[in-house]
Amino acid sequence: MEKTLQDKIEGLIGSQKTFLFMKGTPDAPMCGFSAGVTNVLRSLGVQYGSFNVLSDQNVREGIKEFANWPTIPQLYIDGEFIGGHDIVVEMARSGELQKKLGN
Amino acid sequence: MTVQEIKDKIQSGLPGSEVEIQDPYNDGVHIKAIVKFSGFSGKSVLEQHRMVYATLKDELKEEVHALGLETKVS
Repeated sequence: MEKTLQDKIEGLIGSQKTFLFMKGTPDAPMCGFSAGVTNVLRSLGVQYGSFNVLSDQNVREGIKEFANWPTIPQLYIDGEFIGGHDIVVEMARSGELQKKLGN
Repeated sequence: MTVQEIKDKIQSGLPGSEVEIQDPYNDGVHIKAIVKFSGFSGKSVLEQHRMVYATLKDELKEEVHALGLETKVS
C-alpha cells in the first residue's frame, strides 16, 4: 500500500477514540450492514468519527488491505480493529463492546 | 459462485466444519454462513471470522459483497 494512503487511513483511525469506516454516513447509511453498526453505536450513545468509503475508492480498497479484512463496515476503538457488522452486534449483545468503549 | 460452491470452499478450507448457508433473498449476494468448527476453539471471534474469510479470499473480492457470518466452536 502507498505510504500516503496508509498515512491517511491511520490518521482517520487516530482522529477519534471510536472510528467507523462505512458505506454512506451515520445519518444516511448506504448498506444494511453499515446501518446496523450505526444503530448499535447510537443505541449505546457513542460519539464516533466516520468515513464514507463510497466517496473515495482508494480508501475503500485500502482499508481492506490495512485490516486484512474483506468487507466494510470496519470499526476501530483506540486504534484497534474490532471487526465488522456481525462481530460488533455480537459484542454489543455480550457487553464486551461496552467494556472496550469504557476503557 | 453459487451458494453450494461457497459452502464447499469453506468446508475444504476448514476440514471437518459444519456449514449452513442462508440466502434469504435468494440472490446469492446477501448470504449468511453459519460455521461450526472444532478449530475455532480458543480463538477470538475476530480470528474465527478471519479463518472463514481466508477460505473465500477470491470470492469476497467481487461477488459476495455482504457475507454475514456466525461462527461456533463445534
